[in-house]
Amino acid sequence: MAKIEYEFILIRFGELSTKGKNKKDFIKQLALNIQRALQKYENLKYERTRDHIYIHLNGTDPKEISPVLEKIFGIRAFAPTIKVENDLEAIVEASKQLMMDKGGTFKVITKRANKQFPHHSDEINRAVASAILKNNENMKVDVHNPDYPVVVEIREQATYIMCETILGAGGYPVGVGEKALLMLSGGIDSPVAGYLTMKRGVEIECIHYASMPYTSQEALNKVKELARIISSYQGRIKLHVVPFTELQLAIYRNCDEEYAITIMRRMMYRIANEIANRNRCLAIVNGESIGQVASQTLNSIGVINAVSDLPVIRPVVTYDKLEIIDLAEKIKTYETSILPYEDCCTIFTPKNPVTKPHILKVEKQESFFDWKPLLQQAVDNTEVEIIYPNSNNEEDYL
Amino acid sequence: MKYFDYASTTPVSEEVLKTYDEVLRKYYVNSESIYPDGLEIDKLINKSRQQMADLLAVKDSQIIFTSGGSEANNLAIKGVAFKNQNKGKHIIVSSIEHSSILNSCKWLQEYAGFDVTYLPVNQDGKVVVEELKKAIRNDTILVSVMYVNNETGAIQPIEEIKKIVKNYHNCYFHSDCVQALGKMEIDLSDIDLATFSAHKIYGLKGSGILVKRNHVQIAPVISGGQQESGLRGGTLNSPACILFGKTMRLAFQQQNHNTEVVKEYNEYLRNELEKMDHIVINSPSDASPYVLNFSCLTIPSEVMMNALSLKGYCVSALSTCDSKQKVSHVIAQMYSDINRLRGTIRLSFSHLMSWDDIKGFVIDLQEVLDKYG
Repeated sequence: MAKIEYEFILIRFGELSTKGKNKKDFIKQLALNIQRALQKYENLKYERTRDHIYIHLNGTDPKEISPVLEKIFGIRAFAPTIKVENDLEAIVEASKQLMMDKGGTFKVITKRANKQFPHHSDEINRAVASAILKNNENMKVDVHNPDYPVVVEIREQATYIMCETILGAGGYPVGVGEKALLMLSGGIDSPVAGYLTMKRGVEIECIHYASMPYTSQEALNKVKELARIISSYQGRIKLHVVPFTELQLAIYRNCDEEYAITIMRRMMYRIANEIANRNRCLAIVNGESIGQVASQTLNSIGVINAVSDLPVIRPVVTYDKLEIIDLAEKIKTYETSILPYEDCCTIFTPKNPVTKPHILKVEKQESFFDWKPLLQQAVDNTEVEIIYPNSNNEEDYL
Repeated sequence: MKYFDYASTTPVSEEVLKTYDEVLRKYYVNSESIYPDGLEIDKLINKSRQQMADLLAVKDSQIIFTSGGSEANNLAIKGVAFKNQNKGKHIIVSSIEHSSILNSCKWLQEYAGFDVTYLPVNQDGKVVVEELKKAIRNDTILVSVMYVNNETGAIQPIEEIKKIVKNYHNCYFHSDCVQALGKMEIDLSDIDLATFSAHKIYGLKGSGILVKRNHVQIAPVISGGQQESGLRGGTLNSPACILFGKTMRLAFQQQNHNTEVVKEYNEYLRNELEKMDHIVINSPSDASPYVLNFSCLTIPSEVMMNALSLKGYCVSALSTCDSKQKVSHVIAQMYSDINRLRGTIRLSFSHLMSWDDIKGFVIDLQEVLDKYG
């Protein structure tokens, strides 16, 4: 018999099964996200029902697309499945083949939805299990906690068999919760903040402030790489790169050194608000965490937040650095985040930044200079790039 | 892209590329094989070897193919050290050598108990010959000083060094000639070992040679088969070996013409840069015209490189400017002003550049100075 080929991947939904009337929209969005993420696999066909999404493989190796599916929010679990005709001998043979190269424990679970099928569930369980045991001495039965629950689903038209259920990322499908703008700095915290926001179904766009030539192309490439890594959770990501040097120089020349960071953050928030409005983003997201640096004391956050009309969401605000690092490692942004390109020239970093800025003092400092033209210029000259999970140009050479 | 970094590497010349393509397709068998195709390649490699030997006025048996300048330097330093340690364990090198020399010496100090003296340079970036006289001893087995420094273009007092080393018959003299090849006359008489690389003269990357005189005893660093008289194991990269001959011939033919062109570029830039505020020239006035090193006292190297890079320039300086403020080990030997050390930029030239590039650079540099200086 030819090698077993998987027919489709069965996708089970996460939390959205509780969403009542909106369920249809959720499933539609999830299906769209899946299709987008799997765009380059041309043979795939998609089918949507009330309870599942099916990806018909048409020859595509499920091992290849599993890592992509594992990152899509809204999927609770998925299982590669084979299809055979409604015939006991065929079912037994296929199950045997399916388990041929596996090792560990298993349990056969038959679901006899088609009551016309001439054998009882128990009969099928026994036939399949004994065939697997006879064929592969590395397999043992464990009915309580099997490594491989071999599910045999007998339906009207055909029988479906699956032996592996892979856990998905959970959460809501990205896009059902509108859009937010993530301030992506290049550090450890902001990609994690982005990930946690996407997990709640919110699509994100990213904004980055570049201070060339005080920051390098390498630093910008690093931010693009971070955007690329987290883009896999929503299929693609829009990155806004704001030219920030002129503003930074103006702050440096016109404000007290100890207030430079506070005022710089306020300028960033002003620009973020403008870019968010232009792109229909309903909130600003960032990686601020209480007390981590001078600009992240509650006092500073208050003074900085005052310039934002949009709600600012800080998913990691109460996390310890180590907790953030754990998550960064999990989503594989950590190694990139710690590359040392950022802030390697320290001319804009004051020695003693103020930790308890006073709003009146900050406003007075800002009143010495007309910031509007520079803010406008920064917004107008912002460059936009769409980044995809596989947008590595180098691939052509490899 | 406006390329000002030819001392770093050069584009492969069309002639070399064309022949390379042909050789790569046609001659793929192992040059050590004894069937006709193998013998044919062996013959071509030895023709290339002979051609280089003629150009450098040495014997063909004195040329060892390597994977490039760094390997040739490693073989010279470590090879001499291990083979001759019974005569002494003292080595002298200049403090401005390429990292492949300096780190080979550190390696010998750390893992094999060698004693290494690093010679200082004067403000012109040249080895102080008096210091060599003081440092050299009867147990000194090797002196290594580069022909031309890669960061400043400073031409080293090779003739004077030769005379001193000659008096110590246990001591060999090695010179890293990578930045001199195809750019000036090289006199290999009384030089026992010399390093050359192809990719600095429009040849292939991963291709170099060590010239080793017959009387010089060295141990292999890469042990392997019978290749290169047992001094360098590994199947020869035959296309690269064959092509280095042609690469070197072309470089020698064009040397005078190219140097004239580059000299004018260098002089023009040196004049213009000297007029600018906060710019100081680090290359000595009699340096190789192929390199011009300067510092901007108000803008750190990395910011300058980023700013120039945004305008499309490829220049070289320090790759990192971290909190410890690493600075060039070469310029640090010549000057102590911290701003000068933080702000170094190396320009290096080629006949392939145009006056538009050169004049444009002056304008763009001035703009950067006005904006960020």
